[in-house]
Amino acid sequence: MNIGSIPQCDLLDTVRNEGIVFRIADFTIKLQSPFPEVAINIQKLYTDYPVVGPDSFVDFHMKVISPKGLRRWYHPQVEFYFDGFRPFKPLPQKQAYAMFEWSLNWCIANHMHSYFIVHAAVVEKDGKCIILPAPPGSGKSTLCASLVMSGWRLLSDELALIDSNAENVFPVPRPINLKNASIDIIRDRFPDSIFGPVIKDTAKGTVSHLKPPANSVRLASKPSRPVWIVFPEYQVGSDVVLMKKSKAQTFMGVAKNAFNYTVLRREGFNTLVRLIDSCDCYDFRYSKIDEALETFQLLLESK
Amino acid sequence: MDISNNKLAELLRQPEKIKKFSLLDWSVVIQQARASNLLYKLYCIFNQNDSLENIPLQARRHIEASRYTGENLYQSVFREVEYINAALQSIDLPVILLKGAAYVAKNVDAGNGRLFSDVDILVEKNFLPEAEKVFKQHGWFANDYDEYNDHYYRTWMHEIPALTHIKRDSVLDVHHAIVPPTSNIKLDTSKLLNCIEKVDGFANVFTLSSVDMVLHSAVHLFQDGELEHGFRDLVDLDSLMKEFSAQDPEFWMKLVSRAQELDLQRSIFYALRYTQRFLSTPIPQEGVQRTEIGQPVFPKLMDFLFERALMPAHSTCDDRFTAIARWVLYIRAHYLRMPLYLLIPHLIRKAYMKRVEKNKAVTTQ
Repeated sequence: MNIGSIPQCDLLDTVRNEGIVFRIADFTIKLQSPFPEVAINIQKLYTDYPVVGPDSFVDFHMKVISPKGLRRWYHPQVEFYFDGFRPFKPLPQKQAYAMFEWSLNWCIANHMHSYFIVHAAVVEKDGKCIILPAPPGSGKSTLCASLVMSGWRLLSDELALIDSNAENVFPVPRPINLKNASIDIIRDRFPDSIFGPVIKDTAKGTVSHLKPPANSVRLASKPSRPVWIVFPEYQVGSDVVLMKKSKAQTFMGVAKNAFNYTVLRREGFNTLVRLIDSCDCYDFRYSKIDEALETFQLLLESK
Repeated sequence: MDISNNKLAELLRQPEKIKKFSLLDWSVVIQQARASNLLYKLYCIFNQNDSLENIPLQARRHIEASRYTGENLYQSVFREVEYINAALQSIDLPVILLKGAAYVAKNVDAGNGRLFSDVDILVEKNFLPEAEKVFKQHGWFANDYDEYNDHYYRTWMHEIPALTHIKRDSVLDVHHAIVPPTSNIKLDTSKLLNCIEKVDGFANVFTLSSVDMVLHSAVHLFQDGELEHGFRDLVDLDSLMKEFSAQDPEFWMKLVSRAQELDLQRSIFYALRYTQRFLSTPIPQEGVQRTEIGQPVFPKLMDFLFERALMPAHSTCDDRFTAIARWVLYIRAHYLRMPLYLLIPHLIRKAYMKRVEKNKAVTTQ
């Protein structure tokens, strides 16, 4: 059974009480939250994800709940609990859904050290995948959204999960977190796109989450071979530029964007060496989506 | 209290259950181990007896992930001890390690898989001002200095406020005793200092003697009131006593008479009672009987409190009295070190400061 096929009132009930247990690629999550907007948007954006039985092993027990005390009525807030531990300060209650998404990123990045984890978007076509590492504000998510809305498969918008041999990137195709102007750019360019709530005044500005294509979700357990590492950078008015990047510079760039490079130490170093050795590396600058799509298509055909 | 909810304890008592646990059991074990900071302990136990393979893959990867944190810590702790040594050697003082760092340095089972965030050391009180000065010169400073906090520590505690290294961010806890000076326990620290043992492979590094190490672990757990890691501390005690009693047939006798000598009968009574109850530590009947002199006035009430507070700090181990039990024991710990007319203003002040800080955190967002 998928999340989409549960009657909405039952889903709301489950999420509010015992919690919904569902699988996102390699991870099983149990989510409890009293906020209807969390359950409703889970149903909207995670429609095709399988619900699993209560006897399953759960990787992350997540609670997105309201803090106790008088704040419940005065500027209500939301907080996240993971195994009884509260890693973040509370946020305004309007950001409840975004808090779930960010908290899940945190859960994976901080605990799944069986993967080398890079802060990067990952997309694939014809069995070849591109890792797009980048700090926030580089236009990584906009580029990633454009590619997956144009036929590329989404592996992830935030987390490149790489095995220790650097032979595979494992998907975790979750909603794409778009910020500020990107939301309308993608909505206008791709009328089929489905968005979660538009949440204003967050630490990252206005954010909204784009539903991943059904096909990417269907292939969620199928890893892909890394072929390119491309560092994207959005620059107003810029021509499209794809430039070779040295292996040494790429190494440093990926290490800087990795969540657990210092945790994995020697093993992390070895994985990264293998990854860089097996990939072609580029810097990419763009301002127009169509030019970017065209460049990536050419890159794909070049190999 | 139904202590059978403590699946983690069940696994530690009988590691062979590893094959019988269902996926749901593992789901619970991982949460409880994470909440009690014992994931890496599980890794070390099952790695040592070559049975990691018997853990279902979904659970195993959480246990294996803890290896990195653990190995990084072990690598850095020896380096850190060398830095401390360099500081103390300049004034001819020995490094006397306590708790986690001591278990690791002494290379006992309790140190195998034990995670900790600060290094604890013992410095003779007379030399404390000098030691503090030299630590400052070597880059350790009190974090977030606060006059009241400083006064509180120096008047009522057996340690000074934690020192953080300005470059490495490592935390050093400097103790001058193992019980607060005002506590009803009259323990002369020099008795501990007379029995310290050298750590192999280090010129100037020591730990307490085996027996004193157990007593310190017990007094820390049952007098200090910091029970968030209570279950982990109980696992330490279980492991220390198991290992030392296997090495020395006289261990139990020595432990009981040393407890008497140091006025720690109450703590050792609790230590034996609850390690046996939670972890089935093999303690000879005779040993248990000889500690009964330290029995509290209301053993049933203390059972009620400790059986709750010593469970892993996770909702799967809580009942409706758990929160209040931890709170009562926290107040008790303060009561044991301060007279009531000072305790009440202190707790009010702490509660107020906590509220102020919380509001600050909210408004700065």
